[in-house]
Amino acid sequence: MEFLGLFNYWVVVILMMIGFYIVICSNNLIKKLIGLTIFQTSVFIMYISMGKIEGGTAPILAEGVTLYSNPLTHVLILTAIVVGIATTALGLAIVVRIKESYGTVEEDEIHAKDKKA
Amino acid sequence: MIVHLSVLQVIIPLMAAPACLLLRKRELVWAFATLATFLTFAVSVLLLSQVMQSGAISYEMGGWEAPWGIEYRIDMLNAPLLVLISGISAIALLAARTSIENEIPENRHSFFYIAWLLCMAGLLGITATGDAFNVFVFLEISSLATYTLIALGKDRRALWASFQYLVAGTIGATFILIGIGLMYVMTGTLNMADLAQRLPEVENTKTVFTAFAFFIVGVCMKLALFPLHLWLPNAYAFAPSIVTTFLAATATKVAVYVMIRFIFDVFGFEFSFTHFPLQEILMTLGIAGIFVASIVAIYQDNLKRMLAYSSVAQIGYLILGISFASQTGIMATLLHMLNHGLMKGALFLSMAAVVYRLGVANLSQMHGIASRMPLTMAAFLIGGLSLIGVPLTVGFISKWYLVSAALENGWWPVAAAILLGSLLSVIYIWRVIEVAYFKSVTESTPDVKEAPFSILIPLWILVLANLYFGIDTSLTVSVTQMAAADLFGGLR
Repeated sequence: MEFLGLFNYWVVVILMMIGFYIVICSNNLIKKLIGLTIFQTSVFIMYISMGKIEGGTAPILAEGVTLYSNPLTHVLILTAIVVGIATTALGLAIVVRIKESYGTVEEDEIHAKDKKA
Repeated sequence: MIVHLSVLQVIIPLMAAPACLLLRKRELVWAFATLATFLTFAVSVLLLSQVMQSGAISYEMGGWEAPWGIEYRIDMLNAPLLVLISGISAIALLAARTSIENEIPENRHSFFYIAWLLCMAGLLGITATGDAFNVFVFLEISSLATYTLIALGKDRRALWASFQYLVAGTIGATFILIGIGLMYVMTGTLNMADLAQRLPEVENTKTVFTAFAFFIVGVCMKLALFPLHLWLPNAYAFAPSIVTTFLAATATKVAVYVMIRFIFDVFGFEFSFTHFPLQEILMTLGIAGIFVASIVAIYQDNLKRMLAYSSVAQIGYLILGISFASQTGIMATLLHMLNHGLMKGALFLSMAAVVYRLGVANLSQMHGIASRMPLTMAAFLIGGLSLIGVPLTVGFISKWYLVSAALENGWWPVAAAILLGSLLSVIYIWRVIEVAYFKSVTESTPDVKEAPFSILIPLWILVLANLYFGIDTSLTVSVTQMAAADLFGGLR
């Protein structure tokens, strides 16, 4: 039962490890960025899960409701999502310029070209 | 006005950055950015003097009372760091206009200043804020600006270095985010002072342990603690020289500050050092960092890269100071943070002058360069002596306190390791001095003039600061002593 109760967090951990693995093991810079995004997204899900309170409703004042979910974590993660998008955009921009000057987006080929130079 | 100083500190560069877009002309943008930075510097000096007179300042953002609103808190620990960041930034910007002429294409100059201001705003924000989530946000502001600044380097390897830093930095920042989230879930607060009060109630839970571990590892990534330093040497070597000057003197110091703040203030001394083998881990990694990085530095031909490895070694000293877990140890770390900012600022700025004339900073092309650029190399010499820790320079003061902290704990081998580390730095600094001063000028030495005054003047301001604070230590020592006492006074 405990396993199912923590279902969200299992998803978070699995996603996080998938993302981390892609970042470390992938040779392609675009794939690395995809991995990085998955890695960050898992943390977003963690924050969103944290704010949910069992039986709580949306945090809007209404008659007859006493139990609300915590909206703060959602607000926080909105900021982090924006940061994540900015990071991905900047990363892709750098990859574009790497492609322009190296002619490739594969890590090993970049290393090979740097060694020759 | 006076009551809003703590927030003006961050707001001035943050607002000045987009305003630069309107100015268009690059000379105007430079003048405006420099003016904004000097204003910020004035604000941080005022803040420091205010803190020294009347104690910590707490500022409620938007009038929302802490812990509900975001609090900015300036105390003895962060006020001197604010002065260092804005001071180094102001001095470096003076030299930036000339230095970037040859290193950055002209049409990107305005963007360079914008990214610079954002980076500074981020660093100042991390330092000034009293809110854990705010630390993350400002961390990302400064990091994103830093990736841009590094990618501006003219060598294409700068792009690759910037990408590597982006990946490493984002993983580090996400770890910090996880740590902050887990802290929030256990305590329901993000305010640092409030966290410090509420964490002890729940400190024996796995969640808090996990939060601590994630947070510390994330910060170590950012401060480039050995062996998480791999992004740093390339980033510093290929970034525009003036950017390296600014980053080497400030960015890693801010991460060290965050680490001290969370270990000692938020989690508390007892939690950090009794539940975790933190002392052993930090000491081992610190000493390993000092030796490995110093030895690698000896074999570098590119001097910017050599100094970058030396920075990794110096971070080892800072971490070692934390691992002593004593008042003297923390004071030595704080002192070395400020002093290392001054010496690395001077050293990298002298390299900026060399790069301005030579186009590169390779030792193999610098035979007898001291006869062509005497003032620049003299500045390098003094900066180098300071790095080694020769008396009458700031380096001596910080090494002195580090060694006495080690002896206070009775750790003789560690004290010996610190001195051995200094000897290694003698070797890599001496290599440069030998080539620059004692080798005769050969055909491979480019026929160059002394660097222009627009670089020399800021450079010598930093060099004189190195000497001044090495002789008259009353300000730096008393400030760091009070900060260390504050950190440990909170326990009793």
